[in-house]
Amino acid sequence: MAALLDIVGGLLLLAGTTFLFFGGLGLVRMPDVYNRIQAGTKATTLGTLLSLAGTAFLYPAWSLKLLLIGIFLLFTNPLSSQVLARAAHRRGAMKTPQTVVDRLEEDTGEHP
Amino acid sequence: MADVLIYLSAVIAGLAFLLVLFRFIKGPSAVDRVIAFDGLTIVCITGILLAALAEGRGIYLDVALVYALLSFLGVIVVARFLDRGF
Repeated sequence: MAALLDIVGGLLLLAGTTFLFFGGLGLVRMPDVYNRIQAGTKATTLGTLLSLAGTAFLYPAWSLKLLLIGIFLLFTNPLSSQVLARAAHRRGAMKTPQTVVDRLEEDTGEHP
Repeated sequence: MADVLIYLSAVIAGLAFLLVLFRFIKGPSAVDRVIAFDGLTIVCITGILLAALAEGRGIYLDVALVYALLSFLGVIVVARFLDRGF
């Protein structure tokens, strides 16, 4: 049973760090600031949460502290990405030519 | 078995760190660099987690929590500064 928990925890860790890697890849490959925010925040949040879950499987005694870190990350990561996206829009960051719709520009008339 | 998976995860997290660091150095605008900084801190939290696992010491999780708090405050402050200046 303990060996099974170890293997499941290790595989969750591996999946989490793989998502971190994909987030870094998106951060390098995406064409403009908004796409980079999306790739660099969502994928890394999922990766960190999966890593926390894997650590909880490996050391069940740490579960409470890991849950605290996970809840904190779930609160703060979307907040910081939203504030960053608004700052980029107000500073007039370039949009990729494939952009289809920009509701904030339609609402406020601010032209990036 | 679990040790091998932990070390493999550390290698993949290091590769992710290098990718994000590339964007941090190259990033054309300031917002790109702040996004890359945010990504670096998130990868570092996972790195602290892996260090705690490798050493078997739960006290490192407190370091991860405080680091997450401070990096969040830093990103918010820099984003507010880029938004409207102090």
